[in-house]
Amino acid sequence: MCGIVGLHLRTPDLYPRLGELLTGMLCEMQDRGADSAGVAVYGDPTWSPPGRATVSLLDPGVPVDTLAGALTTSLGSPVEVVEAGTTVLANASTTPAALVAAVRATAPEALVIGFGEDLAVLKGVGHPRDLATAFGLEQASGWQGVGHTRMATESAVTPAGCHPYAVGPDQCMVHNGSFHNYPTIRRELRARGVEFDSENDTEVGARFVAQCLEDGLDIETSLKELCRTFDGFYTLLVSNRDSFAVVRDAIACKPAVVAETDDWVAMASEYRALVGLPGIETARIFEPEPERIYAWTR
Amino acid sequence: MDALTTPLELDLASSTLREVNATLHDAELVADEVVVRNPAGKHSVAVGLDRPMRVTIDGHVGYYAAGMNQSADVVINGNVGVGVAENMMSGSVWVKGSASQSAGATAHGGLLVIEGDAAARCGISMKGVDIVVGGSIGHMSAFMAQAGTLVVRGDAGDALGDSIYEARLYVRGTVASLGADCVAKEMRPEHHEELAALLKSAGFDDDDTHQYTRYGSARSLYHFHVDNTSAY
Repeated sequence: MCGIVGLHLRTPDLYPRLGELLTGMLCEMQDRGADSAGVAVYGDPTWSPPGRATVSLLDPGVPVDTLAGALTTSLGSPVEVVEAGTTVLANASTTPAALVAAVRATAPEALVIGFGEDLAVLKGVGHPRDLATAFGLEQASGWQGVGHTRMATESAVTPAGCHPYAVGPDQCMVHNGSFHNYPTIRRELRARGVEFDSENDTEVGARFVAQCLEDGLDIETSLKELCRTFDGFYTLLVSNRDSFAVVRDAIACKPAVVAETDDWVAMASEYRALVGLPGIETARIFEPEPERIYAWTR
Repeated sequence: MDALTTPLELDLASSTLREVNATLHDAELVADEVVVRNPAGKHSVAVGLDRPMRVTIDGHVGYYAAGMNQSADVVINGNVGVGVAENMMSGSVWVKGSASQSAGATAHGGLLVIEGDAAARCGISMKGVDIVVGGSIGHMSAFMAQAGTLVVRGDAGDALGDSIYEARLYVRGTVASLGADCVAKEMRPEHHEELAALLKSAGFDDDDTHQYTRYGSARSLYHFHVDNTSAY
């Protein structure tokens, strides 16, 4: 199965409650998969301080103080490192690309799970509620968040196999379903020089979209291209720092519910994940239609 | 006698789903009318009811709401998830909002009314149920429908009635495409009569049955054609 949730806040009044609301949504979906979980949070001032680049990491292999010192030396400017559960977040006053390069040079064993100016990605193997507690997710703030609870099918239960997949700057994808022709697409992407961190099908989808965006396509065209290229079952939630998009495959057997008010747009695998949102009683609620791209921007 | 005149209230915010369903199944229950509060999108609410009683679920529910219903009349004041009234045998299930996919799947009898829209696969493999949808239905609806009727006051999505047997489909709006072996058919007097009765039972008395088109099986897939041998 897998469960996916996403919340895109329109009113700044709710920014301080992002983590609390996202935790409720994520934990309600743990019945759909409880072997791993992950979230992506846009705009938390501790995890991704404004005006600085942030890189999210798993398994850096060295204590955070050592990592911060080594990154500072490598980059030539101060790097701050914070821990959130097993996830490590490094930030510095530089570009995301420069910080990623410094991480790869300093801690080559570390798994980079997200990077950008406003994005923090936290994920791991374990029960969604335990992970949310370990991350301190309830205290997070920001303008947008997505989450995933995993029931593994296409690849092993490992940190690299967890969602979200955040493989482009400030981009993120979560997926309920399974792609079927992904090894073929992965071969084609590898031939173009794209590197992969896992054997996971969703990572191929995420890198495909990142490649489309890098080629200059907008998110809507990129997702249409994904529908045209990928065979399989999917409900996808694709975000970047300004947008939030949902698409389902032509068969549309993987569930999705969208609710919208003047204050927020939310998406989840099932309605029950949305019941804790303020104003849900009067929200406009609908199911996304197959192969139609729904996108919201701020 | 108070219990017979005042609805029994069950609250899913303070009781578990099993407690609520067990109460509804209790043969000793002295209540002909029950209201279930705070469903909050929970699955399997009021499944397996098997005697005449009136149950109102006050809010949105999750999957399989009122599934396997027999004899009971269930009203849902909200939207429903996947498989509402799946395998219903008799009685009625009335949804005030919209339904997710596979509404009324495999249902043998009874009446399912969805005032809003129904998503994909509405009436899939239906076996005798009457379904009336106030809005539109999604793709692959009435797939392998065997018996019963499906009335759609709005439009139908792609592949309506694919591999249909003897169910009768009435659609007022447009059909995006018909599935294999499903064809438009003539509306004879008995069909106008049947449709009018179905619309009336769902509270849509004022619809003009002449605006509807009947769809059903061309019956060309019932027998194997030797010309198709090479396809296997």
